[in-house]
Amino acid sequence: MFLDSDLLMSALRALTPILLAALGGALCERAGVFNIGLEGMMLMGCFTAVATSWFTGSPWLGVLAAALAAAAYSLILAVGAVTLRGDAVVLGVAMNLLAVGLTSFLLRTVFGVQGTFDDPSLAGLPLVGGFSPLAYLAWAAVGVSALLLSRHVWGLRLRGVGEAPDAAATLGVSPARYKYAAVLVSGVLCGLAGAQLALGNVTLFSENMTAGRGWIAVVAVMLGRALPLGVLLAALLFGLAEAAGFRLQGLGMPQQATDAAPYVVTLVALFLSTAQRRRRTARTTGNARTTGVAP
Amino acid sequence: MTRRPSDPPAADARAAEAGAADGAPAAVAGLPPAVELRGITKRFPGTLANDAVHLTVRRGEIHALMGENGAGKSTLMSVLYGMERPDAGSILIDGREVSFGSPGAAMAAGLGMVHQSFKLFDSLTVAENVVYRAEPRRFGLVDRAAARRRVRGLAAEHGLAVDPDARVGDLPVGLRQRVEILKLLHRGARTLILDEPTAVLTPAEADALFTVLRSLTARGRTVILVTHKLREVLEASDNVTVLRDGRVVARLRTADTSGAGIAAAMTGRDVELDRVHPAGTPGEVVLDVEGLSTAGVHDVRLSVRAGEIVGVAGVAGNGQSELVEALAGLRPVTAGRVALRGGDITRASATERRAKGLAYVPEDRHAVGTAPAASVADNLAMGHHRTALSSRRGLLPPSAVRAHARELVGRFGVKAATPDVPASSLSGGNLQKLLLGRELAHGAPLLLVEQPTRGVDIGAVQAIHDELIAYRDAGHAVLLVSAELSEIRGLADRILVMYEGRVTAAYDRPDADETALGLAMAGGAPAPAPGTPDTPAPDGD
Repeated sequence: MFLDSDLLMSALRALTPILLAALGGALCERAGVFNIGLEGMMLMGCFTAVATSWFTGSPWLGVLAAALAAAAYSLILAVGAVTLRGDAVVLGVAMNLLAVGLTSFLLRTVFGVQGTFDDPSLAGLPLVGGFSPLAYLAWAAVGVSALLLSRHVWGLRLRGVGEAPDAAATLGVSPARYKYAAVLVSGVLCGLAGAQLALGNVTLFSENMTAGRGWIAVVAVMLGRALPLGVLLAALLFGLAEAAGFRLQGLGMPQQATDAAPYVVTLVALFLSTAQRRRRTARTTGNARTTGVAP
Repeated sequence: MTRRPSDPPAADARAAEAGAADGAPAAVAGLPPAVELRGITKRFPGTLANDAVHLTVRRGEIHALMGENGAGKSTLMSVLYGMERPDAGSILIDGREVSFGSPGAAMAAGLGMVHQSFKLFDSLTVAENVVYRAEPRRFGLVDRAAARRRVRGLAAEHGLAVDPDARVGDLPVGLRQRVEILKLLHRGARTLILDEPTAVLTPAEADALFTVLRSLTARGRTVILVTHKLREVLEASDNVTVLRDGRVVARLRTADTSGAGIAAAMTGRDVELDRVHPAGTPGEVVLDVEGLSTAGVHDVRLSVRAGEIVGVAGVAGNGQSELVEALAGLRPVTAGRVALRGGDITRASATERRAKGLAYVPEDRHAVGTAPAASVADNLAMGHHRTALSSRRGLLPPSAVRAHARELVGRFGVKAATPDVPASSLSGGNLQKLLLGRELAHGAPLLLVEQPTRGVDIGAVQAIHDELIAYRDAGHAVLLVSAELSEIRGLADRILVMYEGRVTAAYDRPDADETALGLAMAGGAPAPAPGTPDTPAPDGD
């Protein structure tokens, strides 16, 4: 049987890093910052987690350090896009490229290896009930961020800032502060995602090990309309695709084909959601035209 | 600054101070005024937006702040609301001197402003919009039930019925304005500033708004109504302060004044600008418009003949821009017919219209009329690249572009260091001469020209007017849109007045007196116009 509980478990494991990163992306989206630097922040988290765990022997310190390092890294986006009003897309791409180069360079200088750092004495995260503790944290984060966004004062203000920063400013809410907060929280979440990837899913660091998961998280944000529950569903879809890829590989499919599964699902999902959005936009603009807003 | 003779004598020492300065009305019965601005001066590069402005608003009144566009109303309110720092002057709220560094500080002092473009969150509900940043809370969460109750309570108290759970983006404009007012009331605003509140409202919505405002003042709140519409001032206000060119030119009690008095104060009269040019000698019809409608324009009929300037007067935003854009081919015509020299151009593109003999000087010379980053020479070449300057294989020889530029710069007296400096380095008047010169150089039978002298200094105004008259006398037709009454009266052979998207009055120049025009522009009853409501006999209407 192809669809069984093992597949679901493996999907849930694969989903954790994507979910954490995507929740961070959703917060940014709600605050009006288009964050496509998730991949780079995550990769910084991977490396910091492995390096810290290696030198301290504690995977927990690795997790903490990963969160802090990725949050610090996210300041590039916060300062660049919010304070200096740069283009968030350009900044995000630059952050992703920089993270690949920087972590590869550090891998060589700190560990003296190329490609992959892997050591039996590198401490990974323990499993609790079959899952990494960060997986539980990710699921909890879905509920917390959903409540925060829809019901909490902070969430209401954040949504307002994302929708109409001018209006928020006239009411005395500083859009910049909320945007900074959203970007920093996304940094923390991406750091955790990286730690999960490098100390949970596997216990090693290899160059560019995020392998597009941050980009998939960006797509999950779009697909889930930046709603935490929507993001969860989208991430689950990608988790299933990844798990199914492994399974198919076990059944003899060539690895190149099965590795492509999550990306194919991403493309299809993007296509479908764009088509749907386009239909919706066509309707709305049609309305706007007939309503006729006086200049 | 005129001193109103019936100003009551200063009642207390504080008012005496202010009164001594300029004769501002004193506070009633010893109560300090709700808002008092003393000698507010605000300079922007190149303009003096507010020049020692005094404004006294008594508690519980509806005070209208009037003036034409650019008179300094918005700047004054920005200063009051903490959005701009004044260069000089002081602000007193309830008699205490204050200094606001931000709108938030102004709000804390009991001021509230409804901006002309609403500041709302479309995807949030009415209740969420109202309580934003002043949320009722339970355990750190927004207490939505309390927010709804609050909205219902305020709505019932002030007659501002609106569903607290509706998404603001789904509401019509009139209701959105209610949300804005509720927002201010929820924050405890005692003085409400409304910036052009009826600009986007239907007449019925406007009447409903005035009812609300009166109920607010009856409960002791104060309203400052910033507007240029005469009708609503007469209808709704207790007192009026009129600004022109950044200065207070009149302080009037609404009950003691007429629309004509305010219109005269508002439009003013600049002898320099009031030079009346000799009338033209109209020939055959060049532009013929029948029942034209587009967004913001309804059923407009007009014609312009060769050798004549037809002026379209009206307060900005009454459909003039939309009309011109429709004529220039920049806005689709929804109904009606436009003919240029007998040929139908109703569906023609802007390019086709230009090819058939139309030139256009748009209102916004920075964003539409020119490319500010491009050189003077390139700007002058634009539009001529198809005809005069085109060479084989579609290349524009730089020498031809420069020669063309030198010729126009000389002919129209554009002051530019070289033809290679960017257009953005030119002053407003010079940029306008460049734009006008470029369009006149086509020698097109029809020229559409909008606000040719807005923000232009007096010397340049004269030159621009002379160019337009010369163009007309050369046998071309000119459709001139201007918010400056004196300009229209000085140049136009016939004058149409647009109000709320329609041509509501038409005059031959000798019949157009400024008061009648001012009244018609403000939507007041038009003075009896001779002949048909739009064009005189020779058009065969």
